[in-house]
Amino acid sequence: MAITRDSDLHMRRLSRNLGLGVVLLGFVAIVFGLTIVKVERGGKIEAYDHQPRTSMLPPPEAAK
Amino acid sequence: MSDISYIQQDNEARFSDYIALLKPRVMSLVVFTAFVGLVVAPVPVHPFVGFVAILFIALGGGASGALNMWYDADIDRVMRRTRSRPIPAGRVTEREALGFGLALSGISCLMLALATNIFSGLFLAFTIFFYVVVYTMWLKRATPQNIVIGGAAGAFPPMIGWAVSTGGIAVESVAMFLLIFLWTPPHFWALALFMKSDYHEAKVPMLTVTHGRTKTRRNILAYTLILAPVAVATGFTSIGGPLYLATAIVMNALFIKGAIEIHGRSEAQAEADKYATEKRFFYFSLIYLFAHFAALLAEEGLSHIGLGVW
Repeated sequence: MAITRDSDLHMRRLSRNLGLGVVLLGFVAIVFGLTIVKVERGGKIEAYDHQPRTSMLPPPEAAK
Repeated sequence: MSDISYIQQDNEARFSDYIALLKPRVMSLVVFTAFVGLVVAPVPVHPFVGFVAILFIALGGGASGALNMWYDADIDRVMRRTRSRPIPAGRVTEREALGFGLALSGISCLMLALATNIFSGLFLAFTIFFYVVVYTMWLKRATPQNIVIGGAAGAFPPMIGWAVSTGGIAVESVAMFLLIFLWTPPHFWALALFMKSDYHEAKVPMLTVTHGRTKTRRNILAYTLILAPVAVATGFTSIGGPLYLATAIVMNALFIKGAIEIHGRSEAQAEADKYATEKRFFYFSLIYLFAHFAALLAEEGLSHIGLGVW
């Protein structure tokens, strides 16, 4: 029996494949949503990158 | 030829079998208690972050369920109640369940840590470790107090919910832990009294099998009596209030009354009315736990509209 688009195997696995597809799409949506929330709330986005950078330093003291 | 017979076999895993591996009924308790723990904690959490946190706590709980089914497949094959689970039924192989459980454990802990804080992620990892290694692999087959230890794993979710919000542990989160921890033994042993599952065939040392039913009845009463003061005292912490206190007093009085009735019955009396008292006590225990956490939730709601008392 040739494996065509409508073979038994494909029919049986349809629910599995659809389910997995929905789960993966949901995961993408969650990561995207988390990104939006974290960026909007202005959490620490920049981390130490093995080199001192001025953007990572605390703001300078007010002029003496 | 062999590949054709493979294609024609009917006993193939469906999507629902993978859901079944996650023990969805246990998951619903995890979702509810973790949600309450998160909401009653003093630091507000962004709703979407809160949703994601509950989702991955539930997924972590599900993953430990899959690992439990992987390790306990030999028991499940023997007991009538569990024989139709995906592994004993032959739809999912043991190795598949192991990989599924490990992968979901990793994803859920990592995602919880990234979405909220590292402590919550580590706490979830510890909970999975506790349920799978300490309970399933070590103590379940070794001691008749296995239910007590297993209850600890089920009691961690509200603490994780609290940790999602605050990043730590507090008296209140320990109180919620103790509430579920001490509730589990009377709840489960009442079930064991009337379910008469074939634990002896599976060689699981259930208290009803090792120490007899009379001793089990006494244990139910003992744990109920320890539980009551803890449940009421929770009302005096920052998450409690008069509404919770009233609920706790009524619920615990009824729970103790039920436990005394169970303790006073002989096995012959129970046989005679088909374990009516034990069944009523078991179903009431579900209401008992739900009422306590719903009351905590209500107290939190009241304090938001300015009616909180302490």
